[in-house]
Amino acid sequence: MNLIMPPEEEKIISQTRREPRVESREPNPDALPSALDSRTSTASISALTVKNLSIYFGKNQVLKSVSLEVQARAVTAIIGPSGCGKSTFLRALNRMHELVPEARMTGEIRLFGEDIYAGRVEPVIVRRRVGMVFQKSNPFPTMSIADNVTVGLRLNGVRARATLVDRMEKSLRMAALWDEVKDRLHAPAISLSGGQQQRLCIARALAVQPEVLLMDEPASALDPLATAKIEDLILELKKDFTIVIVTHNMQQAARISDFTAFLYLGELIEFDATRKIFTSPARKQTEDYVTGRFG
Amino acid sequence: MQHFDQELAALKEILLTMASKAEAAVNNALKALVDRDDDLARSVKEEDNAIDQLEIEVDEMAIGLLSKAPLASDLRLITVAMKISHDLERVGDEATTISRRAVELGQEPQLKPYIDIPRMAKMALEMLGDALEAFVNANPEKARAVIPRDKEVDALNRQLHRELSSYMVERPTTITRCLNLMVISKSLERIADHATNVAEEVVYLYEAKDIRHTGKGQSQEK
Repeated sequence: MNLIMPPEEEKIISQTRREPRVESREPNPDALPSALDSRTSTASISALTVKNLSIYFGKNQVLKSVSLEVQARAVTAIIGPSGCGKSTFLRALNRMHELVPEARMTGEIRLFGEDIYAGRVEPVIVRRRVGMVFQKSNPFPTMSIADNVTVGLRLNGVRARATLVDRMEKSLRMAALWDEVKDRLHAPAISLSGGQQQRLCIARALAVQPEVLLMDEPASALDPLATAKIEDLILELKKDFTIVIVTHNMQQAARISDFTAFLYLGELIEFDATRKIFTSPARKQTEDYVTGRFG
Repeated sequence: MQHFDQELAALKEILLTMASKAEAAVNNALKALVDRDDDLARSVKEEDNAIDQLEIEVDEMAIGLLSKAPLASDLRLITVAMKISHDLERVGDEATTISRRAVELGQEPQLKPYIDIPRMAKMALEMLGDALEAFVNANPEKARAVIPRDKEVDALNRQLHRELSSYMVERPTTITRCLNLMVISKSLERIADHATNVAEEVVYLYEAKDIRHTGKGQSQEK
């Protein structure tokens, strides 16, 4: 398997698998991301290995030699004050920061061992394997609920109607939205509430069967009830996916994450089990930040 | 943040008020015993009621502070404050027990000069005082040093029990008085236990290490 752009659907499915597919048996496109198969054996496999990651926008260095391991099938929270490089870090994990002109990076990011910045790797494939959900829900306003979910698949050349319908239902179910929208799948996406729209965006991200889900403050624009639903969903999804979430909400990080990384001025100050960070952080800067006494 | 810090300071303040009232209650109970002063003994109950009220106040404040979702050292301080206040409330209860027994003992001639009981009381109150000083001065080492002293108080309690047991065997007419003294001795031993608990909480507060039930003041490795 590789990160090179495959031309057809068959390869799209196979590229999410960890082992090269040797047999030509009927693939089950609706199975959960099969890349996970290789992670089931060991409890703590690194999904992402970040080594000495530095990112510059022009002359401005926004990340300073950050190294950390993102554990598979766990939730890793990134916390830190505004401008500390959280979002840049997150976006580097699926090569989204490259969309910013003048961005450059040094260091290494490996996704299950594969260098996602290697020369022949297609950013588009990286972004499919490492999906992203943003702070503000951004469904395509002119599309129906159903079309929003399947748009990624269709763009990737999946045309079989049965596959699309099935994947749509599975994704909506995984995003805990199915029961709320099953009777109006062809209604416009913008007819949904804010919280539902955000879960729709999560369903859209899940539809292409990513291995890692990046979330940039996915609940910060939602009320407590909708936030609770997203948090429950994240805890469900971590059974099958690796999740990295940026949040300004310490309590949210405490509720849903297994590991927490504290970034400050582009540096990784502390990275540890969430319980440790929020009850007895090792570094004073972390203590000051999580207790709200920063600066 | 300023407001939050003020509330935390107020929480500590109440704990210290509780501590000084608890200490005074134990001292008065002991003085009532030694001086055979019934009025003083009865005043201990009032002191205890005031401590009980303060415990409720600490809990209310702590719950209010917890609703603000504190983290790290703030979270530890608030949870520890609730536990310390519970221990202090129990110390107040033990003082009441001592004072009740002192009143009963006052109705009969004194069995023997009180030597070990005031010594135990002094040791237990010193332990409590040191644990609270460690709390105020953020000194976990001082708190750790409190913990082994509990054994000395336990030993005195056992010694007193042996002594009083032989008294009862030799002179059955002293049984009521001996039993009352045993209860007082046990109460003092319990006060030392509460002081130990406070010391352990102080270590947790400042070092984030849980050293309870490890026997040696060492933290439990997880």
